[in-house]
Amino acid sequence: MSEWIRIPLTSNYAAAYAAKDVDVDVVAAYPITPQTPVVERIAEFIANGELQAEMIHVESEHTALSACIGAAATGARVFTATSAQGLELMHELLFIASGLRLPIVMAIAARALSAPLSIWGDYSDVMATRDSSWITMIASTAQEVYDSIIQAYKVAEHSDVLLPAMVAYDGFMMSHTYEPVYVAKDRSIILEFVPKKKPSWNILDPDKPITIGAVGNPDWYYEFKYQQVVAMENSRSVLRQVFEEFSKKFGRWYNFIETYNMDGSDIAILTYGGLYGTAIEAVDIMKKQGLNVGTIKLRVFRPWPEEELLKILKSLKAVIVIDRAISFGAALEGPVAMEVLTSVYKKGLSTALHSYIASIGQRAVMEEDIIAIVKKSLELLEKGVVITEKPVYWGVR
Amino acid sequence: MSLAHKVHYKTVFDIPKEELFAPGHGLCAGCTTGTIVKLLLKAAGLNTIVVNPTGCLEVSTTTFPYTAWRVPYIHVAFENAAAVASGIEAAIKALKAKGVIDPNKRINVVVIAGDGGTADIGFQALSGMLERGHKVMYVMYDNEAYMNTGIQRSGTTPQYAWTTTTPVGKVLKGKLQFKKPVAEIVAAHRVPYVATANPAHFLDMMNKFRRGLEVEGPSFIHVLQPCTTGWRFDPRLGIKIARLATETAMWINWELDHGEFRVTVPVPKRKHVKHYIRLQGRFNHLTDADIEEIQKMVDREVERINKIVGKEVIGPVVE
Amino acid sequence: MTSHVKRLAGWREIPIGGAIIQPGNSAERFTGDWRVFKPVINQDKCVRCYLCWVYCPEPAVKIVDKPYKASSGREWKVTFEIDYNYCKGCGICVEECPVKAIDFIEEVK
Repeated sequence: MSEWIRIPLTSNYAAAYAAKDVDVDVVAAYPITPQTPVVERIAEFIANGELQAEMIHVESEHTALSACIGAAATGARVFTATSAQGLELMHELLFIASGLRLPIVMAIAARALSAPLSIWGDYSDVMATRDSSWITMIASTAQEVYDSIIQAYKVAEHSDVLLPAMVAYDGFMMSHTYEPVYVAKDRSIILEFVPKKKPSWNILDPDKPITIGAVGNPDWYYEFKYQQVVAMENSRSVLRQVFEEFSKKFGRWYNFIETYNMDGSDIAILTYGGLYGTAIEAVDIMKKQGLNVGTIKLRVFRPWPEEELLKILKSLKAVIVIDRAISFGAALEGPVAMEVLTSVYKKGLSTALHSYIASIGQRAVMEEDIIAIVKKSLELLEKGVVITEKPVYWGVR
Repeated sequence: MSLAHKVHYKTVFDIPKEELFAPGHGLCAGCTTGTIVKLLLKAAGLNTIVVNPTGCLEVSTTTFPYTAWRVPYIHVAFENAAAVASGIEAAIKALKAKGVIDPNKRINVVVIAGDGGTADIGFQALSGMLERGHKVMYVMYDNEAYMNTGIQRSGTTPQYAWTTTTPVGKVLKGKLQFKKPVAEIVAAHRVPYVATANPAHFLDMMNKFRRGLEVEGPSFIHVLQPCTTGWRFDPRLGIKIARLATETAMWINWELDHGEFRVTVPVPKRKHVKHYIRLQGRFNHLTDADIEEIQKMVDREVERINKIVGKEVIGPVVE
Repeated sequence: MTSHVKRLAGWREIPIGGAIIQPGNSAERFTGDWRVFKPVINQDKCVRCYLCWVYCPEPAVKIVDKPYKASSGREWKVTFEIDYNYCKGCGICVEECPVKAIDFIEEVK
């Protein structure tokens, strides 16, 4: 008598199911490859009466997030989804949504940013939102997409947080590929976990008229930004709480990071998104070859999970970070590698860090590539390279 | 005066006394936006959510920690008032359907936006909102330039007007292009109610606000808003200049109500446009010949309108 | 002479997200010091047409339940008064008054 049904879903559809099961009130989204099936499936749910929500067929992504802001400010639970250029078009509103402290949840089918135009998956769009004060989770499986979106609502709507949240997954490699996913048979079990209460955030109510979105002159602006700093800090413990509660209630375990085959390994690969699956396969192959390495998956990107990461890193000789976006001209052009390095140095660890860039514009990364990356790093370690001066741009011609 | 629907405000005594717009805001002395918004809120009442994009009104009335608004108010960005209003309207609908908001409670959603945030950068969002048919009243206060950032030209700046980006120099003298006919473009979207209004004719304006709130679907009211700072006239002349705009037919007050077109403020005896133009510093550089050219354009427009209506609602120039 | 240091509220004391929760509190800011000229209603000439109250952009014209007997013998039930805390001296009321009952006097400070 299970409360779950196991159905084949793409990550896109998993996102749509999550939105349905949390009983969103308003969806405002604009189609963009590779996110379109999310919007289409939600439209089907509404047309069939499986979801009672207002769907606003907005005329651009900028309007999509604007409408979500308006709807959230009216007290509704809202959802949207986008990719790459759409995410860029809403860029100014990302900061406004977090500045107004509205618990909007957004799914991102991560896609490479133009130019040149690419519909293919990489994480350049997600990385470009790093400073926007959104809670950011990166999923590696369709199940994780479904579960993370549900968790996102609980964290975002928590009165100590009240920050918008995004859940990202690989464009095409995950958004369009089928996996078996457990979804709720009846959304009531999900709503028990993330109930709809009276909004704890600022809302437009004729019975209590307030002004939302005031001008913050130099005497005041700083304090509002500091409130966001505090909220982001609070989200660490709230995320922890939510992951624990979710695990207890639904039996699926989640944390800030995930690891595989760390026992006895003193070298690990760190990556994010669907590439983690490939890394696991590569680790298994290497084990059979007699090479024992582990792999770490970064699941929560914002807030940066330093504590959880360092617990693992402190016992490692080296961490090989495979980034899926480029931070052009940065101190270290692998965005996640740069943050790992900061954490390592802050705590005075002597872990070696090798930064690799791969899967740009969905350039294929196979198990062989990951094995070759590990072997290259072993060579670099022999040569005494503790920290890569520049990232290794894997596979560029 | 329209005969097709009930006229709510017949005299000054019909205007509600309660002030939903508080003084102490930073609008320029003599800014007719204050008059327009004050009267709009009286017509709309307490159960009104105001969406206001960036502009003169927004920065003058909502500088933390002070607000002039006694109704729920939201500002998000510059170009998306119509988008935010769409979201609010949809949320109200959804929450009423789920019983979270009393389904019998009437909540108005009103956008109050400048010409900057509407006719140019806000056009996409406006068009989308109109096409989707949200029940939102969009009031555009038109001061014919981007006044908040310092009098730069906008799509609604009239031809020849001086602005800081269309200055009067040796080679170029003022804006070259015509005023974008926003209300007509909105009317082309076939929404239930579109009207033009003028704070000098406040009963007509307030009745149009009421009508806009009544119709089932989007409505758009384009209100002329003389700007003492940007048009360069003495602050005391704001309403007088608004009235002259109607009297010279440089501004025609009409409404398009479910396809029926009416000129709601007929002008049996028109004034020459020079009475309107010569009061404004932004037109100082105009020669008499330029003004005659403008007069001819107005005459043509008057002829067109009279033809549409089927009778002479705007008469000949007598003064 | 004591120097007043206005202590502004800290991040814990203000609403989140820049929200202003007291409606219409701009009324705490008196804008009357913007004025150069001051409108003064001559209650004897005033015919209580309401137009100054309609047009004032602040609004800074109050309708007061104060009966008034004009020197002409005409009796009024209400009186219109300028709220000088807010009046910015724009002069719209002076211009629009149909009976020219409002004087516009330069305020000497």
